[in-house]
Amino acid sequence: MAEALLTLEGVHTHIGQYHILQGVDLTVPRGGLTVLLGRNGAGKTTTLRTIMGLWKPSRGRVTFAGRDIAGLSTPDIARAGIAYVPEAMGIFSDLTVAENMTLAARRGPPDKARLDWIFAFFPALRRFWSQPAGVLSGGQKQMLAIARAVVEPRALILVDEPTKGIAPAIIDNMIGAFAELKREGTTILLVEQNFRFAAALGDTVAVMDDGRVVHRDRMAALAADEAAQTRLLGLTLDAHQ
Amino acid sequence: MAATSPATTSADSLPEARRDLAPLLVAPVLMVAALPLVGSLPTWVTLTVAGLAMGMMIFVIASGLTLVFGLMDVLNFGHGAFIAVGAYLAMTMLVPLAGWVQADSLWLNLAALALAVAAAGIGTGVLGFAFERVIVMPVYGEHLKQILVTMGGLIVAEQAIHAVWGGDQKAMPLPQALRGAVVFGDVAVEKFRLLAVAVGLLVFAGMQLVLNRTKIGLLIRAGVENGEMVEALGYRIRRLFVGVFVAGSALAGLGGTLWALYRETLTAAIGGEVMVLVFIVIIIGGLGSVGGCFLGALVVALAANYVGYLAPKIALVSNILIMAAILMWRPQGLYLVARR
Ligand SMILES: Nc1ncnc2c1ncn2[C@@H]1O[C@H](COP(=O)(O)OP(=O)(O)OP(=O)(O)O)[C@@H](O)[C@H]1O
Ligand SMILES: [Mg+2]
Repeated sequence: MAEALLTLEGVHTHIGQYHILQGVDLTVPRGGLTVLLGRNGAGKTTTLRTIMGLWKPSRGRVTFAGRDIAGLSTPDIARAGIAYVPEAMGIFSDLTVAENMTLAARRGPPDKARLDWIFAFFPALRRFWSQPAGVLSGGQKQMLAIARAVVEPRALILVDEPTKGIAPAIIDNMIGAFAELKREGTTILLVEQNFRFAAALGDTVAVMDDGRVVHRDRMAALAADEAAQTRLLGLTLDAHQ
Repeated sequence: MAATSPATTSADSLPEARRDLAPLLVAPVLMVAALPLVGSLPTWVTLTVAGLAMGMMIFVIASGLTLVFGLMDVLNFGHGAFIAVGAYLAMTMLVPLAGWVQADSLWLNLAALALAVAAAGIGTGVLGFAFERVIVMPVYGEHLKQILVTMGGLIVAEQAIHAVWGGDQKAMPLPQALRGAVVFGDVAVEKFRLLAVAVGLLVFAGMQLVLNRTKIGLLIRAGVENGEMVEALGYRIRRLFVGVFVAGSALAGLGGTLWALYRETLTAAIGGEVMVLVFIVIIIGGLGSVGGCFLGALVVALAANYVGYLAPKIALVSNILIMAAILMWRPQGLYLVARR
């Protein structure tokens, strides 16, 4: 297996007085797509937010590209090369699609060729380029959230449930986009309940429960093992399939 | 950005992207409705110009405060300190320049005014920076503490003004060229009010330019909506906030200078007097919205002038009534700023 780009070791996160992450150990190999599965409330979103520095871990280490990032501020973590597509998408609805993309491109105006690449997967963004992002449909907002994360090359992209409530046609385009990102060498950590989507893209998989990672495997192995799926994921999986 | 605007394909229907125009109509409707009530056109013009001038001054003061709230959820009850300190600094500049202030030369008058405004703006900008670091930063995210601590800051500032400039009422020297009125037929319009309107419009236009055409402005607008996401994109929102706080303080100093020139007198309590109106305006406008703040300031100030003329007895409560009416129509204010 490839060397690790991101490692969480014994990460604990408290939100207020609640002890949410209770010793998360997670390895994200460089260049691959790691799927984070787990039932509702298992702590997947909290894990991504902790990596991003939006929650501060109370204990444990987060190592990214050989550097401990657990104490860094969110902007510094982003500048280290991690992009984040949150569960709620975090679209700036008052800003146009173009302005959302302008902010996401830190180095200057968005690169023309890169935009064409993005538009090939998400043509709606071209169509609504000058419109306020608030008028986009849910699926189009999700495209914009992903486009923002990939407008410039980033070493690692964290994506939280991008398929939730999204039409199947758009999901197919997302699969295409993520597959090409992988080919470019981008590492992706994907929280996903849609098993078809996860299985289509995942190289490795980690399953969370009650604030811990309880199972690690190659995605193909889990996809082939229905008993393990039922044991680890239970009803959540069927409900989302 | 030209290189990055792809053509639209015509076959696709555009989503509903209609601007919300209703709030724009409130001030004009108010103006038209007041005309028959006031009865005389010259009186109505005088009241309207007075209202517009007052509205612009309130807008200049309030615009920074609404962004400060929008960006970091900071309730700054100490904003009045910048109004007062700005006015006192401007006065301190104008008094030794009495020769220029009273001269019959427009240019000397304007030069004196420019120096006074610069003193007020720079002084309150620096004060704003210190205020943010010392008073506001330790209480990020804690509303109750913010209210107490910023109010404390206001009291300290007022006492400091007493100590430096004395507690008595001061005269604010209005430059010669701004005295008196311009007469159009039988309508007289005070010159200073025209200047106040011009300054307010300039500040508004400048802010729109920055907010809509620069990356800093985009970041401010984005930060008002979702500060966490701005940080996740790699921008330090606290730096942005300090910048906005300093600019807002300088604008309050400018607005305080205008307000004192308008009144031609000042005391340390000048900040507190205006702040009631300022809070009403930013609530009416929608917290975090500069456009709403602009419209809210116009509505409140116009109404104050019309009501003060038509029914002076209810003048004191008219602002509250307007706020209640607008919040019944739009509970979040004229413009709802989308929040995460
Ligand atoms: N801001 C918060 N305050 C208090 N508790 C929270 C907060 N955010 C999350 N939690 C709790 O932490 C636990 C983990 O939540 P998290 O959002 O990480 O789960 P998840 O695996 O992403 O679930 P889902 O599949 O529903 O998105 C849940 O029990 C949740 O109630
Ligand atoms: Mg979640």
